[in-house]
Amino acid sequence: MSSIEVNGKSYETDEEGYLVNLSDWNKEIADYIAKTENVNMTEQHWEVINFLREYFEEYQIAPAVRVLTKAIGKKLGAEKGNSEYLYGLFPYGPGKQACKIAGLPKPTGCV
Amino acid sequence: MSDIKKFMFVNRKAPHGTIYALESLEVVLITAAFDQDVSLVFLDDGVYQLKKGQQTKGIATKNFSPAYRALEGYDIEKLYVEKESLEARGLSAADLLVDVTVLERAEMGELMDQQDVVLSF
Amino acid sequence: MLHIINKSPLTNSALDSCLRVAQAGDILLIEDAVYAATTGNLFEGKIREAMGRFKVYVLQPDLEARGLADRLIAGVTPVDYGGFVELTTTNKNCQSWL
Repeated sequence: MSSIEVNGKSYETDEEGYLVNLSDWNKEIADYIAKTENVNMTEQHWEVINFLREYFEEYQIAPAVRVLTKAIGKKLGAEKGNSEYLYGLFPYGPGKQACKIAGLPKPTGCV
Repeated sequence: MSDIKKFMFVNRKAPHGTIYALESLEVVLITAAFDQDVSLVFLDDGVYQLKKGQQTKGIATKNFSPAYRALEGYDIEKLYVEKESLEARGLSAADLLVDVTVLERAEMGELMDQQDVVLSF
Repeated sequence: MLHIINKSPLTNSALDSCLRVAQAGDILLIEDAVYAATTGNLFEGKIREAMGRFKVYVLQPDLEARGLADRLIAGVTPVDYGGFVELTTTNKNCQSWL
């Protein structure tokens, strides 16, 4: 088992860097993971992260990219509900990378 | 597109005693990415998968039942439950956490016949 | 449609459910489901009844392995592995009940 250290506290992650305990997550941890992913968190990033957290809270799964894209479009507007925008924010994938920052498991079907 | 196939997933196992229900759900979520014509069928103890109000905290396992409500967002909207299976368990459509189509057993058999691929769980 | 069953009907409801839901077609009994096709088994009556709507097959090697080749219900058709494959190709679709 791997771990990351944020503010002097250690948190368990899997070998790919996803948090093991979803309840460990907080904004400082998100910032830390984002840094290791070379993502500079802006308000637009947080919008997606918060959306993912809410989605997971409701359905207990991380959405597939296609589903996330459509749902973001519905909630935040068509100009944000497209892969160009989302990949612009998270170059390694709004599923894979954003979920990692949001402290969620990797979406089902994501390799 | 002409290469769209009719996929049916037949779920016959109760949700938490074995891994079948969760495995089926994961396969369904992955299949959704391939834009096929997907139907989900719940037969026998499989109808328990859709029972409202499941709380798995006490058995320390993942409660995957809310994910059935996410299926709509995955464009999987054909959920069928056999009437007899529901009745044999003292359940009705109102006890289920998603909207389903309740079918008589003969209608269910007919629907199965129309599929290109049937996968059992 | 071909329905494949592989569990004894006395310990598993797959065959019962298949007979309840499916209306017609082919049924192939393999592995522990071959017990359903033997005389004297509690399920014999249901199989005989089903033979009106379905064509029922049994995988002969599985029957032999269980020492029941001489107890096959008359009217149930034994097939070998080649026959098994043929059934899957002559039917438009198939379901392996779990």
